[in-house]
Amino acid sequence: MKEKTSPIAKLYLFAVILILYAPIFYLIYYSFNSGGTMSGFESFTFDYYIEVFEDVRLITIVLNTIVIALLSALFATIIGTLGALAIHLMKKRQNTILGLNNVLIVSPDVIIGASFLILFTIAGIGLGFTSVLLSHIAFSIPIVVLMVLPKLAEMNPSLIDAARDLGASRFDVFTKVIIPYINPGIFAGFFMALTYSLDDFAVTFFVTGNGFSTLSVEIYSMARRGISLHINALSTLLFLVTLLLVAIYYILSQRGALKIGGFRR
Amino acid sequence: MNHKFIRNLYAVPYVIWILLFVIAPIILVLYYSFFDIHGNFSLVNYERFFTPVYLKLTLDSFWYAFLITFFSLIVAYPTAYLLTKTRHKQLWLLLIIVPSWINLLLKAYAFMGIFGTYGAANNFLEFIGIGAKQILFTDFSFVFVSVYIFIPFMILPIFNALNNINPALIEAANDLGASKFMTFRRVIFPLTLDGVKTGCQVVFIPSLSLFMLTRLIAGNRVITLGTAIEQHFLVTQDWGMGATISVFLFLIMFIIVRFTGIGKRGA
Repeated sequence: MKEKTSPIAKLYLFAVILILYAPIFYLIYYSFNSGGTMSGFESFTFDYYIEVFEDVRLITIVLNTIVIALLSALFATIIGTLGALAIHLMKKRQNTILGLNNVLIVSPDVIIGASFLILFTIAGIGLGFTSVLLSHIAFSIPIVVLMVLPKLAEMNPSLIDAARDLGASRFDVFTKVIIPYINPGIFAGFFMALTYSLDDFAVTFFVTGNGFSTLSVEIYSMARRGISLHINALSTLLFLVTLLLVAIYYILSQRGALKIGGFRR
Repeated sequence: MNHKFIRNLYAVPYVIWILLFVIAPIILVLYYSFFDIHGNFSLVNYERFFTPVYLKLTLDSFWYAFLITFFSLIVAYPTAYLLTKTRHKQLWLLLIIVPSWINLLLKAYAFMGIFGTYGAANNFLEFIGIGAKQILFTDFSFVFVSVYIFIPFMILPIFNALNNINPALIEAANDLGASKFMTFRRVIFPLTLDGVKTGCQVVFIPSLSLFMLTRLIAGNRVITLGTAIEQHFLVTQDWGMGATISVFLFLIMFIIVRFTGIGKRGA
C-alpha cells in the first residue's frame, strides 16, 4: 500500500541533505586552495596538509583528544554499567536516581562547565589533563546508564535464577550471564561516550588550563583568529575519520547489536 | 561494614559520581550566587539580575532560542515525514545524522567562510543581482547557523515517533473517508507530539547557551544567557554573577523539562 513519493518530496529531502553537507564539502574544497582564503580558488595544493602533519603542537593536541576520549569512555562505561545495574536492582526511588542521572544530559554545557570549574577550584584540582578527564568521565556516565538500562530491563530474571540454581557464584553470574547479555548496551554506551568526549567544546573550554588543550578548544581559538586553511585541511582529515567511525557503527548496527542513536546533552 | 554494604560495593563509584558531579555542582553554583565580586555575602547578584539589562538579555535569549526551535521544527518535520516514506529509511536517516557528528566548531568555521565578505553566499547574491551584503555578524547568520546545527537533533525524535505509528491507524482513517490533510491533522500529528516535544527540548535548551556561535558567527552582537555566563566566569571573573545567571538558566531548564517530559528522548 506504500504510496510513491512525489518528485517534490524527493527534491525537498535532497535539498535538506545537500544543505547539511554543503558546508562540510565547502571546507574540504578550499583546503586545496593555494590562495589561502575560502573564496576564489587559485590552484590545487597539498601544502596545508603537509603543514598539519608537520605541526607537532597540533598533533600533540590530537593525541591528547584521543587519549581523553578513550580513557573517559572507558571509565564512564565501567561506572555507568555498574550504576545501571544498581538502579535496575533497586526496589524504590528508581525515578529519583534516574532524575539525578539525567541532570547532566539536559543541562546546558555552559552550566556544566561553570559548575565543574567551581568544583575543581574548591577541590584544589589543577586545571589541565586531570580536570578535563574527570569532566568528560562525569558527563559521559549518564548516557552509558541510559544505554545499558533497557538491556537490563529486557533480560529475563529467570536466567539469573537458573544460573544461581546451577551453582554459579555471584561473580560468575555477573561475568558469564549478565555482562554477555547487556553487552550491546555497554558497547553502545561506550560509543556514545566516545563521541560525547570527541565532540565536547563548552565544558572543556571551562575546565582546561593554559597548558592543556583539546581539538575543539584549539579549533575555536584558531577560528577566533580568523580563517586559516590549516583548519580546513584538519577538517578534511576529521571528516574522513568520522566516516570511518560511522561505517563501523553502521556495520555493527546492521548486525542488530546497536540502534542508531543521537542522544544529546 | 555489614554484609549488605559489601554486596552493594559495586554501586559505590556511581553513587560517588552522583554526589560529586551532580549534587555538589548544583549546590556550589547556588552557594556562589550569593557572593558579590569581592567575596562578601549578599543578594546583589539577584538584584542585578532583575535590572533591565539582564531581563532584556534573558528575553533576547528566549527570543533567539524560540526562533531557532521554530525554524528547526519547520524544516525538520517534513524531512522526518519524508524519510519514513523512503525505501531504505535507516540508511537515509544515517545520512542525515552524520553531519551532526562533525565537530560543531568546524561547522561554525565553515560558515565563517561561506558568509564572509567574499564567500559563497555573497557570490550567489551578486550573481542573482542583489549584490554583496554584510551577512556574517548579523542576527540572521546566528539563527541560520544554529538551525543548521540543530536540524538533525530535531529530525531524530520526530522520525522515531512517525516510525512508531501503526500503519493500520492511517488505513483506518482513509477507510473512514478522511482526506490526507485530515488524517495528518487528526491522526499523524497528535501521535508524533511526543517526538516534537522532545525535539523542541533538545533544541531549545542548548540554544539558550550557545556562546561559541555568538562569538564566532554573531561577532558579539548577540548575547545569550550562555554568553553572559561564559563572560562572567572566564573574562570578568565575577563568578557570583555568573553563578546567579546559571541558577536562572537551570530553573528555566527545569521548567522546560517539566513541560516537555523527560525520558522519552530520541534514540
